[in-house]
Amino acid sequence: MLSFLIRRLLAGLATLVVALFLMFVLVNAAIDPLSDLRESTAPNKQQLMAERVEMLNLDTNVVIRFFQWFGNVLTGDFGIAWRSMQPVRDLLTHAIGSTLQLVTAATILSLVLGVSVGIVSALRQYSGFDYAIIFLSFLLYSLPSFWVAVLLKQWAAIGFNDFLQDPVIAWSVILGISLVAGLVWSLAVGGRAARRWQVFGISAAATFAMFAYLQLSGWWERPQIGPILLLILGAGSALAISAIFAGLHNRRALYTALTTVAVGLVLYLPMQVVFDSIDVTNLIILVFAVVAVGVGFLIGRLYGGPDWGISARSGAAVAFIMGGLIYIDQVMQVWPPYFRALSGRPIPTFGDRTPNLGGNYWVGVLDAFTHLLLPTVTLVLIAFAAYTRYSRSSMLEVMSQDYIRTARAKGLPERTVVVRHGFRNTLIPLATIVPIDIITLIGGAVITEAVFARPGMGQLFVRSLGDSEIEPVMGYLLITASLAIIANIVADVIYASIDPRIRLDA
Amino acid sequence: MSTSTNPETPTAGDNVENAIELQEVAGLSQGQIVRRRFFRHKGALAGLTVLIGTILLAVTSVGVGPVSGWWMWTGYETGNPMTNAGGAPTMTLSPPALGDHPFGQDELGRDIFARVMHGTQTSLMVMFVIGIVATVIGVLIGSVAGYYRGKRDTALMRFTDLVITVPTIVIGAVIGKLSGGISGIVFAVSLGLILWTTLSRLVRGEFLALREREFVDAARVAGASSRRIIFKHILPNAIGTIIVSATLLMSSAILLETALSYLGFGITAPEISLGQMIQTYQQAFSTRPWLFWWPGLFIVVIALSVNFIGDGLRDAFDPRQKRIPSERKMAKAMEADASAQRALTTTLPPSSGKLAGL
Repeated sequence: MLSFLIRRLLAGLATLVVALFLMFVLVNAAIDPLSDLRESTAPNKQQLMAERVEMLNLDTNVVIRFFQWFGNVLTGDFGIAWRSMQPVRDLLTHAIGSTLQLVTAATILSLVLGVSVGIVSALRQYSGFDYAIIFLSFLLYSLPSFWVAVLLKQWAAIGFNDFLQDPVIAWSVILGISLVAGLVWSLAVGGRAARRWQVFGISAAATFAMFAYLQLSGWWERPQIGPILLLILGAGSALAISAIFAGLHNRRALYTALTTVAVGLVLYLPMQVVFDSIDVTNLIILVFAVVAVGVGFLIGRLYGGPDWGISARSGAAVAFIMGGLIYIDQVMQVWPPYFRALSGRPIPTFGDRTPNLGGNYWVGVLDAFTHLLLPTVTLVLIAFAAYTRYSRSSMLEVMSQDYIRTARAKGLPERTVVVRHGFRNTLIPLATIVPIDIITLIGGAVITEAVFARPGMGQLFVRSLGDSEIEPVMGYLLITASLAIIANIVADVIYASIDPRIRLDA
Repeated sequence: MSTSTNPETPTAGDNVENAIELQEVAGLSQGQIVRRRFFRHKGALAGLTVLIGTILLAVTSVGVGPVSGWWMWTGYETGNPMTNAGGAPTMTLSPPALGDHPFGQDELGRDIFARVMHGTQTSLMVMFVIGIVATVIGVLIGSVAGYYRGKRDTALMRFTDLVITVPTIVIGAVIGKLSGGISGIVFAVSLGLILWTTLSRLVRGEFLALREREFVDAARVAGASSRRIIFKHILPNAIGTIIVSATLLMSSAILLETALSYLGFGITAPEISLGQMIQTYQQAFSTRPWLFWWPGLFIVVIALSVNFIGDGLRDAFDPRQKRIPSERKMAKAMEADASAQRALTTTLPPSSGKLAGL
């Protein structure tokens, strides 16, 4: 393993240096730092040009300049962007921060949604739901992201802001949404006609009740989760998690999940006081999250039993969800003042924060959320399609294997066959794709960032290339290329560690 | 798989399963089988129809180069009087009529239908050129690396890694800026020069597996040269993989081209591309939304139909693909016709009776 890593890292370093050299030459040929001076009408044009050539060292051969730049990078000096005179290192740090915010949310959402929809679609192969999902994923896959982004920006953002001015949904629209939700759920759950109608009725009624509640309680003006919704959502997710990952007959796991929900509910009010009395930072939230997961795990451990691991994991997952809900509730509490501060148009279409907003930590988080909303939707729509297709075909492949037949033949319940034998093996090919995807995204959702003017990595690259600044462009390429090489190595290592048939030493 | 290596003595279970299929493809060549399967794929057929329709529309309406088409505008005339207020589309559904400017006019009075058709031509041209260039390079590099292995393989694969290391859109942007303003064809060829990596890896994998097969040994014993073995013996067997991934490559190529043109690094005025139109007109979204809708719609239609064709080709080339009715349909058929069930049990070979006895 160690020799494999060393070999790959050395090969990767060599590739990196050669790639950087080629890119330096290419970028150097592509940009023209003198273009604005060439067209200028200043009387001292020649002198200005000479000064710039002097400043940027343009007389020197490009190969020598590459090695000068590379030598500086090795000593930790990324140079400066000459137009703004800002150090490239600072520019990159800011840009990575902004991009990470965007990429994390989008990747997690699209993975969870895409994988679950893809698997359900594979389990219902050749059904109406399957065909609908195939068509949808093809459609989303064929959408140009810049078109979607502009559409969301010009249409959805303005429409949603208008809606928030006077948040009333017509009852006919609510009815329509409920019927569509009922149809989707009944197709996804499947089964015999009677069961389909049952699922249709329940899910349509539940959707209708939810929208009616939101409408009648004035939720849109004052969004919050509160203890009641916390109970419903928590209990729902506890049931879902234990039903899928442990099976409802596993009473210990079920009781663990429900106990965790109860603990979360009891802690709801004390947490309000805690959050009010201390100065919250991201670090503290992280500590709270770890503690919550630990508590959930402990509850499962205490229920004991021969397979306590499964209870502990369900407990941890439920605890994480409860903690997340309490956190979101806290963020929602600052919505009314935030709404007023932005004079009633809270969904922004550009940037990654509102300048000079002020306010405490929670306002900052809410502001980041509203700025993330539209770019995240854009990225999720497109990544969702890809993950659905991957996981669907992977699941179909796995479910036709002999070991699935064996699992069924030895009388395992269908849930165990799908979750333990099918789902886990479905994740193997995904595990090699996802790290590469994430790291490619860190290189910037170039288009999404350009449309929404988020000052991230992609935007940094596009702007610097347009401004003929070679240092930031090369700094950007250095980071993305190294990350791409690391991602490939990580994917190989993950593959080898989850699939015992692959050995890296061979 | 097991039956293909040993066709003389198929196992009892496979016999039933394969009998119908074998009957279906008996006496047909590989090409005929693939064509049959492809034309049975409804999505692919629809995609093919739409794509051909789009190509015909784009080529005949405004013409190519010096040849002029049947449409009355070229999309370059400015200062036409606005037919509708603000240049809104004149196309109406009731009564169905096109009018002078079916897709509307921009702020200079230019006809948007003609401009969209020009843009579609450019984008389609870029798509096909990228597809051809990338496929040729990918196949050459992949086959040489996979066939010869050893040092040549290592060198070529290191080179592929090098190209993969930098994100496509980044190289595309640099190339676009480098060749910017020259012409669409130069831009397309340069993009093709970097998009071959996935294909070359796939082809290499296929070659590594195929070169160990008996028919390659047979050809070598018969004295065939390496070049002959590569092109006449191995390549035809890898054609499925190549065609499918080339199709999928083209659908991503059109998205890449439009995205780069949108960012301003691709095709620039006075040439027209669909992405560049969207970039030009996005500011006018609130006042003239039709300027934004039509180019986007055409990108989606082209990419979607190419994707469907690719999917159909994949199914057609994949021997493991079988058309199996869903469980529910089977159950329904059984319920509806009890004789079907009897028929099914009687066609089982007698050997299965032994299993039933266990």
